[in-house]
Order: sequence, then structure tokens, then C-alpha cells
Amino acid sequence: MARVVVLGAGISGHTAAAFLRKWLGKNDEVTVVSPLPHYNWIPSNIWVGVGLLSEEQVIFPLAPVYRKHGIEFKQARALALHPEGTESNPQPFVEVEWTLEGKTGQRENVPYDFLVNATGPKLNFGATEGLGPGKNSLSVCTARHAAETASAFLENVERMKRGERRRFVVGTGHGMCTCEGAALEYVVNLEFELRAHGVRDKADVVFLTNEYQLGDFGMDGLHIRRSGYITPSNILAESLFAERGIDWITRAHVKKVEAGHAWYETLAGEDREISFDMAMLLPPFAGVGLQAFGRQGEDITARVFAPNGFMRVDADYVPKPYEQWRACDWPRYYQSPVYKNLFAAGIAFAPPHPVSRPFTSPRGTPIFAAPPRTGMPSAMIGKAVARSIADMLRGAPGPTHTASMAEMGAACVASAGANPLKGTAAAMIVYPIIPDYERYPEYGRDLHYTMGEIGLAGHWIKIVLHHMFLYKARLRPGWSLIPE
Amino acid sequence: MSAETPSPKPREPQTMPSFFAARPTRLTLFLRNFLPWQMWRFTWINLKMLIIIRRSHRSQ
Ligand SMILES: Cc1cc2nc3c(=O)[nH]c(=O)nc-3n(C[C@H](O)[C@H](O)[C@H](O)COP(=O)(O)OP(=O)(O)OC[C@H]3O[C@@H](n4cnc5c(N)ncnc54)[C@H](O)[C@@H]3O)c2cc1C
Repeated sequence: MARVVVLGAGISGHTAAAFLRKWLGKNDEVTVVSPLPHYNWIPSNIWVGVGLLSEEQVIFPLAPVYRKHGIEFKQARALALHPEGTESNPQPFVEVEWTLEGKTGQRENVPYDFLVNATGPKLNFGATEGLGPGKNSLSVCTARHAAETASAFLENVERMKRGERRRFVVGTGHGMCTCEGAALEYVVNLEFELRAHGVRDKADVVFLTNEYQLGDFGMDGLHIRRSGYITPSNILAESLFAERGIDWITRAHVKKVEAGHAWYETLAGEDREISFDMAMLLPPFAGVGLQAFGRQGEDITARVFAPNGFMRVDADYVPKPYEQWRACDWPRYYQSPVYKNLFAAGIAFAPPHPVSRPFTSPRGTPIFAAPPRTGMPSAMIGKAVARSIADMLRGAPGPTHTASMAEMGAACVASAGANPLKGTAAAMIVYPIIPDYERYPEYGRDLHYTMGEIGLAGHWIKIVLHHMFLYKARLRPGWSLIPE
Repeated sequence: MSAETPSPKPREPQTMPSFFAARPTRLTLFLRNFLPWQMWRFTWINLKMLIIIRRSHRSQ
């Protein structure tokens, strides 16, 4: 009998746990440790943030699903890994702290044979003074945040209906953010909803981003073949904003947010200020701060985790300049180089380097998009790791399945207005996610598969994906047939 | 409730970054919400997504 512990019940951890349960033997145990009682289909938080969906429509409780499928669930937060056990007992274990009502604060050591760290990101609002919910800006990163953002948005709409003029600033709250695609999706949805409420003429909408150019998305942009041209993504993103009267500011590192004001440094080294009535600014990501200890209790965190808190895996972490970055630097198996029974899936793994060209301001402030952390690869990594662990438990000498972001594509549908007849969404496919200039010397990507277009069809796809992925996450009949 | 494209606000066009951006023509805007065309695009994009998913899974 083996015990596999999965830390985190997000897109990656939940996928890994579900497939582990499917592929492991009846006597093997699968345990999920996650601090929140529910699953959140994060991509649909965008619609919660403009008041189109309620918080409850994008979450569901995990405990009944796990109970039904024979997965043990501990509503707890992982604190520290002990991959060598203790001096008296070499069994590896993870130290967790319960968050379940009635057990809150209780600590437990959970033993494991294999461990999957799928703890996602720490939403690092603390990196920017005054940033984040409860302070001076809003977020859509969690369903709760998105619901609060919707209240603020609708209150502003009411004020505009009474004749007031409002300014909305949406974007990234730090020079090293990622998820610019989510910020873009939120701003175009917000703009669409302002029109739907009949108050667009009372609003100024500004997109504030750390990207060197719009449409960088932390992927160094992409190129799309259309209308007889090979067009870079900044042209498409700028066009979308220009058409909708959304102004934009690029190359910005937000360094302080106060009530109604944000201060930012530009890549040119200038200090600027922008005022707002409502700001939705995404935080930078870091690892969740897990620690690791050796057999004698010595701190080995720096061996297992990178300085940003994400877990080191089979990537090439040797620092090198942008010109020398290669697709093969990216991990394939997501296995810890130190402990062979330790894997990181989804956002929790440490990328070897960014994808977008790094820039620093004359004052030395890095201002560029951090590597992309999208859902499709997160799920695919979770599945590949589950397959490898199942095979290793059956005797395979090492991991058997790969999920390199340099060998997989991603399909991303960014809603640009939710209405079954008048709505639109930008459907984007990029292959591979990490540009590979050895295989595709000119643009780093296969232009037969990389595409992007805006239209109502994209919105329909977004709706289908919302229902399909929530169905799959609930592990309803046939769930495993639905692709990641 | 109206969801039409907003009327442009008065501004000095050359001073705005959007002045230099590509804009969709009326035909492009029309096609974006023209049902028969969008049904075809729905099929085509889904097909393309399935191909990418298959390709990505194959590399595993
Ligand atoms: C607003 C928004 C919109 C997005 N839209 C899209 C989109 O349209 N398409 C797309 O592909 N991607 C999208 N993404 C990205 C996508 O959501 C992420 O790629 C995906 O959620 C990553 O999955 P994950 O499992 O690695 O992390 P998460 O989904 O963040 O899951 C992490 C899990 O770990 C748990 N956890 C945290 N700390 C601990 C701990 N100490 N111990 C145990 N468990 C812990 C958390 O509670 C959570 O359950 C969006 C992201 C945002 C923020």
C-alpha cells in the first residue's frame, strides 16, 4: 500500500489527485491537503468581477466530491516538507496546519510515499505598498476577491447613472507581474458592461501594465498569420483597446497605491501618478512559502525551493542571458532533483527563467512580464505527474510522462463581453507556449497552429469551457474523457 | 441596455496611442457577431483546439 499526498486543490492539484485515484490501486491512498473548502474555476472569476456570475457559480465544495471518489481530504495548509523523515523514522512526511472549523490551528504530520506540490501562487500583494483587497485596490484572483470587486464596480455604475464621471484603472500592480491576459480580459469585460449599463460615456478606462508592449502576456508576445500578414500580438491587443476607447500605459512598475492614486515608475525611469475611482490591479506571484527540513531538522529549504519560493524541478536553472535561453531549459517531468518522490505541478514549479525579454529601468527596477502561468498546462502537468507516479509505484525506475511547456500548446479564450448574441471573446491558440527558436527559427512558434481571433464564437467557447471544466472538476460521469 | 460600440470621445487624436493602432473595419465588426459566420468559426476554432490538445498530449 502506498500513500500519495497532493498539496493544493486548484486546477493542477485537483487534476493530479483525480487521475491518481483513477490509476492507483484500491489499497493505495490519495490524500489532498488544501486550506480552502472549495474548488474555484478561476478563469470565470472575471465574470464574477463584473457582477455577471455570483461567487457560488464558480466554486463548489470539495469534501463531498472527494468522499464519493475515495480521496482523503484534509482541509489544512501545508507548512513544511520533511522529505527524509526524522532521525528515528525515515518515513517522509509533510507538516500541515488545519484550517477546518473546529480543528483550526491543529498541526499534523502527514506521511507520504510520493508528494505532489501543487500549491499554486502566493498572491504577493505585499510586494507593492497599499496594493490589494482590504487596502487600496481590488483583485479577481480568488472568487471572494472577484465578488468584492463586483460590488465596487456596480456601486460605481450607480454613481455614473447619477451623472458622476469615474475612472477605472485595470492592470498589473507591480513590475514583475504575470497573468496580463487575465487583466486584459477583465478590462474589456468591464468596458463591455459599462456599455451594457448605458454609462460608457461617463467612464475613463485605462489599462496599466508592466508589459513592454500590449499583447506580450509574459510569452514574449506571439505572431499570428491573418489577412495576408504575419501580425505581432501587440497590434491585435492595441486594436482591441483602440476600438473600445480603452487607453493604455505600458512598461509600468506600480510601486505604491493609496486611496484613489497609484504611483508608478516607467521603464524610462520617470515617476508618474494616476488617479482612479476604482482600480483592479493584479499582484505579482511568489511561492506559498513552504519550508523543507532534513533528517536532523536542519533547514534545507534553499535546496528544494528557489529564492522566489517556487519548487526546483528538472529545469536548467543556470543563469544565462536572454539570447541563450532555450526551450530545453524548461522542465519535462517536474520531479525534484533532490528527492525523487517529490514533484511540483502547475504554478508551484520554479520556471528556469522568464520568457519575455527582461528590461530594467535606469534605477535598476526590473519591469517586464513574468513567465505565463496558464490553466491548460497546469492541468496537463498535474496529469503527467499522476501518470508518472502511478508508473513508478508499479516499478518504473523514474517518471514516465512529460509535460514540457516547450512541447505543448495552450488554448486560451479571453472573454471580451458576455452576451449570447452581442458578446465576443478573443480565442487564442499558441504552440508551443515556450518559443522554440531551434524548431521554429523565425518566430519560435508554429504559425499553422498559433492563432487568435475575436468574435462571438469565442464567447460561446468560453461558456462551453466554463460548464465543461466545472463538470469535469466535479468528477461527474465521463470526467476523464474531457481533455485538460 | 445598449452594448453598441461607444461613440468616440472628443480628444486630440494624434496625442493618443490609439491613433496609431489598427482598427477593425465595419465588415470585420459585422462578421464578429454574424451568426452563420460565427457558427463556422465556432466549429473551426474548436477543431483547431482539439488538434493542439492532441498534439500536446502526444508529446507526453
Ligand atoms: C483572474 C484569472 C483568470 C485566469 N484566466 C485563465 C484563463 O482564462 N485560461 C487559463 O488557462 N488560465 C487562466 N488563469 C490562470 C489559471 O487560473 C492558473 O494557471 C491555474 O489556476 C493554476 O493552477 P494551480 O493548480 O497551479 O494553482 P491554483 O489554481 O492557484 O491552486 C493552488 C491550490 O493550492 C492551495 N494552496 C495554497 N497554499 C497551500 C498550502 N500551503 N498548502 C496546501 N495547499 C495550498 C490553494 O488553496 C489552491 O487550492 C487565470 C488566472 C487568474 C488569476
